[in-house]
Amino acid sequence: MGTLLRLIAMRLGLGLITLLIVSILIFFAVELLPGDLAEAVLGQGATDETVAAMREQLGLDRPAPIRYFEWLGGAVTGDFGQSLVTGERVSSAISQRFANTLFLASYAAIIAVPLAIVLGVIVALLRNTVFDRVANVLTLTSISSPEFFLGYILILFLSVRWQVFPSNASLSGGMNLDDLLYRTFLPALTLVLVVTAHMMRMTRAAIINLLASPYIEMARLKGVPPWKRIVHHALPNAWAPIINVVALNLAYLVTGVVLVEVVFVYPGIGQLLVDAVAKRDFPIVQACCLIFAATFILLNLAADVGSILTNPRLRHPK
Amino acid sequence: MTEQNQKNVLLSIRDLHIEGYTGEEWLPIIKGVNLTLHRGEVLGLIGESGAGKSTIGAAAMGFARDGTRISSGSIVFDGIDLTTASREDKRALRGARIAYVAQSAAASFNPAHKIIDQHVEAPVQYRIKKRSEARKDAIELYEKLRLPNPEEIGFRYPHQVSGGQLQRAMTAMAMACRPDLIIFDEPTTALDVTTQIEVLAAIRDIVDEFNTAAIYITHDLAVVAQMADTIKVLLNGEEVEEASTEEMLDHPKEDYTKSLWAVRSFKKPQKARPKDSEPLISVRGVDAAYGGGLKVLDDVSFDIHAGMTVAVVGESGSGKSTAARVMTGLLPPRKGEILFKGEVLPPRYRDRSKDQLRQMQMIYQMADTALNPQVRISEIIGRPAQFYSGLKGTRLKQRVDELLDLIEMEPSQYYNRYPPELSGGQKQRIGIARALAAEPSFIICDEVTSALDQLVAEGILKLLDRLQRDLGLAYMFITHDLATVRAIADEVVVMQNGQVVEQGPKEEMFKPPHHPYTDLLLSSVPEMDPNWLTRLLEERGVDNVGEAAEV
Repeated sequence: MGTLLRLIAMRLGLGLITLLIVSILIFFAVELLPGDLAEAVLGQGATDETVAAMREQLGLDRPAPIRYFEWLGGAVTGDFGQSLVTGERVSSAISQRFANTLFLASYAAIIAVPLAIVLGVIVALLRNTVFDRVANVLTLTSISSPEFFLGYILILFLSVRWQVFPSNASLSGGMNLDDLLYRTFLPALTLVLVVTAHMMRMTRAAIINLLASPYIEMARLKGVPPWKRIVHHALPNAWAPIINVVALNLAYLVTGVVLVEVVFVYPGIGQLLVDAVAKRDFPIVQACCLIFAATFILLNLAADVGSILTNPRLRHPK
Repeated sequence: MTEQNQKNVLLSIRDLHIEGYTGEEWLPIIKGVNLTLHRGEVLGLIGESGAGKSTIGAAAMGFARDGTRISSGSIVFDGIDLTTASREDKRALRGARIAYVAQSAAASFNPAHKIIDQHVEAPVQYRIKKRSEARKDAIELYEKLRLPNPEEIGFRYPHQVSGGQLQRAMTAMAMACRPDLIIFDEPTTALDVTTQIEVLAAIRDIVDEFNTAAIYITHDLAVVAQMADTIKVLLNGEEVEEASTEEMLDHPKEDYTKSLWAVRSFKKPQKARPKDSEPLISVRGVDAAYGGGLKVLDDVSFDIHAGMTVAVVGESGSGKSTAARVMTGLLPPRKGEILFKGEVLPPRYRDRSKDQLRQMQMIYQMADTALNPQVRISEIIGRPAQFYSGLKGTRLKQRVDELLDLIEMEPSQYYNRYPPELSGGQKQRIGIARALAAEPSFIICDEVTSALDQLVAEGILKLLDRLQRDLGLAYMFITHDLATVRAIADEVVVMQNGQVVEQGPKEEMFKPPHHPYTDLLLSSVPEMDPNWLTRLLEERGVDNVGEAAEV
């Protein structure tokens, strides 16, 4: 078990280093954008003096590396500074939005991940049959349609024509969980449609890849029925690639949902980011990007650890 | 055939044809084979790779591997025709009445489940036994097969158990439902000779005890002689001949069978060390380990003289290949040094001069993986010639032609071809030509014949012998096959657990008295005598057969 812990600690360390590099990239990429808040706020009629005064007031006149370290120091303690537009603390502006995004992502994930794996197992079992082909075509279609398009199609049918679910997923205080799940069903369904295909196809591929291995043939020659060969003999050895794809898709659910949030007017972090970029509210942009990066790194780390844990050679050393 | 005999027929295969799909068309693999197996009888199927042994073995279970199909003929198992039986009916036979033991137990046990859980799968599924009873029975079988710690060994994962033990555990698994027939598909091919004996003895005992019929598939004549009542020889999907084991060994009728028997006869005369000459290569007091791990080599020393063949023998894990890695500079030793013509070689290959590198070349066991499949033969051989000798243009082409001539392959025919288009033996020849291209004085041959069929391997050995005489090469021959050692070695180095336990001229090594380990190795090589195993077990005493109970 000692080696396993060391391995995890090492991955964690590497993740932190990656995060540090990403924070440098984020900070200086934002620096490189033409124009800054002072210009944006004062508009085109501003004189150079007023812009300079504004910059000084906002602290934008000091050298970038110093501001980077100040920003990083704050970020480590959860303080991302103040919004340049509203003056609100960035952490409080983001926290509720991020919680909303996590809620929507979990909602979609809880449906999509088991669905994808079960479907993947079924199509692997029924490979090269009509069911397999139809499932492949349908999932390919859903994966290759842009999510806003899927969203509008769902709205068209489920809320406009049949009026089963609301098209507007904006939240208000004091909603109970049933309400919440009901109001956010359409955006969640859209996300499910987008991510299921990828995970299902990987599950299918990972299992089929193993079907030629000697231990599957052995199971076959022992008279083990087909479904059990797949579920009991192939699947336990196929987890590593499946877990990696699941992690990638979970990361997408957190960081790639901007369009879906816009379509359904959902108050998530993606919408906040889009607004902040438009208003040149750099502290918020930087904080959002850093959170996205951390999510990606954390999920990939979890996937690494997960695939290590499913390897019996590492779980049960000699 | 008497009526009594008729009743006892368990499996009857008539005029079996099996075809394989090449991607374009169906080609015949098995061309009309007949086979009759009585209850309790053990039939040995032998032949070279591609002869169709395993295909027939699988067909006996009504099973055709992906990409193959049973095109005609009948396979009748105890009154059920497997060619017409439904998929479910066939499945119900497998594991219950016909069981299978695969070549590589390490690959055929599912790495994700405990051994005993895989063992009880079939009996529980067929409702022959409850899980707890099946487990108890498994432990009894483990004990019968002389596995160490039978109470506990099943509760391990496959990677936690050695190859020989796994192979016995797989035999136990095949016995779980007390089948009428077991197919053994090369069950000891991947094992060391010393381990092979234990597995052979265990298999034979248990097959006798339960009076199980078996089809024993192997390419090793001496092994089949120990196991089978009847032997059937196959060649290219057709039967060559069938007879009782003794009849077959003493009076083979067909030329092909005789040629198989004769393979072991190649032997080159032994050369003695030239007097007071300096060794070409000296390994002096070498300790080596991978990373910070345990010592894999412990104070290893031996000399190789110019123009001589030194065979390094030992079981897998004894440090043979590691010694080669140290000599070539791939693995710098912890202690000790390598001398070439009396001159100390830098421990790392990076620090060696081009000339030092040129002198020492390697030929690998798996020609398949040692040759880049995307590179033409001309380039595979041409590159070292260019690198070491700086040849270009027509002179390079000339050199490649010359090398192809040396390995007895027609240059115009092979110059532009790619490795996948060649047979196993041809690939190994290309590997030899690539080593020769550097004009070395010393070649390390790492198990170069163990992946090849006997006749092909014999061809390679003869070629190496001729090259040695023509070019004055020295060989270090790493092998676990003592028949190969007998054939071509001048001197022998015996290794065990990273140490040299004995070394000397071949004739001395094969004559008693031996170091006890050399003795164990030598006596473990199967002989053509059908009573060899029985006699050996008596000599050793049955209890000494199993591995020492330490695990």
